[in-house]
Amino acid sequence: MTTILLIEQILNGLQSGIMLFLMAAGLTLIFGVMGLINLAHGSLYMVGAFAAAAVAAATGSFALGLVAALIAAAAAGALIELVVIRRLYDRDHLDQVLATFALILVFSEGTRWLFGSFPLYLDVPAALSGPVTLPGGILYPAYRLLIIGVGLLIAVGLFALIARTRIGIQIRAGEADREMIAALGVDISKLYTLVFALGAALAGLAGAMVGAIQSVQVGMGEPVLILAFVVIVIGGIGSIKGALVGALLVGLTDTLGGVLLPLGFGAFMDQSAATSIGSALASMSIYILMAGVLLFKPTGLFGEG
Amino acid sequence: MRREAILNIVLFLLLPVTAGAALLLDEPFIITLATKAAILALAGVGLNIALGLGGLVSLGHAAFFGLGGYAMGILAAHAQSYTPLMETPFLIEGTKSMPVIWLVAIVVAGLAALAIGALSLRTSGVYFIMITLAFGQMLYYFAISWPAYGGEDGLSIYVRNGFPGLNTLDPIQFFAIAFVVLALALLLAGRLARSAFGLALSAARQNAERVETVGLAPYRLRLVAFVISGAITGLAGALFADLNRFVSPVMFSWQTSGEIMVFVILGGVGRLYGPVAGAALFILLEHVLGGLSEYWHVYLGLLLLMVVLFARGGLIGTVAGREVAHD
Repeated sequence: MTTILLIEQILNGLQSGIMLFLMAAGLTLIFGVMGLINLAHGSLYMVGAFAAAAVAAATGSFALGLVAALIAAAAAGALIELVVIRRLYDRDHLDQVLATFALILVFSEGTRWLFGSFPLYLDVPAALSGPVTLPGGILYPAYRLLIIGVGLLIAVGLFALIARTRIGIQIRAGEADREMIAALGVDISKLYTLVFALGAALAGLAGAMVGAIQSVQVGMGEPVLILAFVVIVIGGIGSIKGALVGALLVGLTDTLGGVLLPLGFGAFMDQSAATSIGSALASMSIYILMAGVLLFKPTGLFGEG
Repeated sequence: MRREAILNIVLFLLLPVTAGAALLLDEPFIITLATKAAILALAGVGLNIALGLGGLVSLGHAAFFGLGGYAMGILAAHAQSYTPLMETPFLIEGTKSMPVIWLVAIVVAGLAALAIGALSLRTSGVYFIMITLAFGQMLYYFAISWPAYGGEDGLSIYVRNGFPGLNTLDPIQFFAIAFVVLALALLLAGRLARSAFGLALSAARQNAERVETVGLAPYRLRLVAFVISGAITGLAGALFADLNRFVSPVMFSWQTSGEIMVFVILGGVGRLYGPVAGAALFILLEHVLGGLSEYWHVYLGLLLLMVVLFARGGLIGTVAGREVAHD
């Protein structure tokens, strides 16, 4: 295994981690502020990817596709918040799980009905489709590098939004004591819709950007949703910082485990057995990571309580 | 007689009467549907012990369902290819005998529930939901990436496993097996709910601090309930695999967990016969709506949304009223 390959894999891990962060940040905000577990977050990721693919195919512009993804996912998020989700804030988690599971069924089959079962393709813009040369002579796809950059920018923006702006103060106050900020005259239901739409927009953007690397298809959101849950459990529910650390840990573990474990087992057993044991273990590695964190910190790395 | 008690008798008789009528009308497909409903109801009865009685919202019961399925698939695959499961340190052969397979499924699923439960029950609330979901998904990816037993394609078993004295390939006889198992599980679940253990578990759901104050350990109560719940769902998985003569990683998928939960909720959480009503309704909807539209999951989703938002208590709660809730 060469150093170049290792660096490439680390970058891949960072890229998938930063996209997971976009998903996990929305989920953890929604849980922190509204106390809601939203299984349909993966559907918003899918909505973003489909909107981007449809608009990019119609206009030929990838950038317009990304804008469409943001708008479509935020609009879908605001819509389901207004129609369904706001009836669930006072309910127990079981009702929230079921209602959002029902939303997944509606979104998935609705999308299948609109776009068919075949995957759509979203092409990386020509200017970004080639590789760039990094210091040390490493060739790395420009688009993946862009994803890492955009993701980091959004992370910084999100931290600034929460730490420095008036909305951010209201969000943090909402996490701490929702009755009190309602009493202080903040329109809490508008704030909730806003937070939900913000989370949805982040998920939609992630879906569109990842959709250009993988294919855009029904059901693409749920595996990412479950990874985002693992991220939140590791990082601690409600903590944006925890979501960032957790997402990078999960992204790196997942990517590096898939490469290093088969190689590691290959050192002392024959190749085919090493590949099968290594890849089977690698597929479990992030869950083992999660179990390990839970053993020592049941509320996650940055969780309270 | 309370309305729920009457409804329970109707529900209990619903499946055998349907299967019997289908036998008279010579409609083996309907018998198979009734068998499927009975097996899925069994999975729901398992989940209901954790969910309804213990208040543990497990979104990972597909793990146990799938383990039961693979227990059947692996044992039967070795038996049909005449290769032993392992030779060292001692010989284990495959088997085509249902009782042996059931025992293995119950033990394997129970042990998995012990391990998953021991970790997940350290947490509660949303963490618990997410962690059980994640462990289910872990087994799903493991089943996909482990090539020895079919990987993503799953395992086909050519002939249904045998049960001493019965011809399991005859639909009505296989239905009888599944239904008797379901009836026994309902008996067990009903007994459990009224036992000292069940009362303590219910109390731990309602107020864990008080239970602790009287000297009981909620963690242990919940873990035992989770193991029993997982074992029953594992048994249902073995039967389900036998019904289809096929196992695949889909049995482990999170959709399966969601669907098992849907049976329980459609019927009514914490109601002994809730899973029976829910599974029967689910199969009916799948059959009727699935015939009308390829996209029947949209209607299922909308219906589920309506039940959650407006008809709390599910089918049994709506028909029997709230006053007879089991606690």
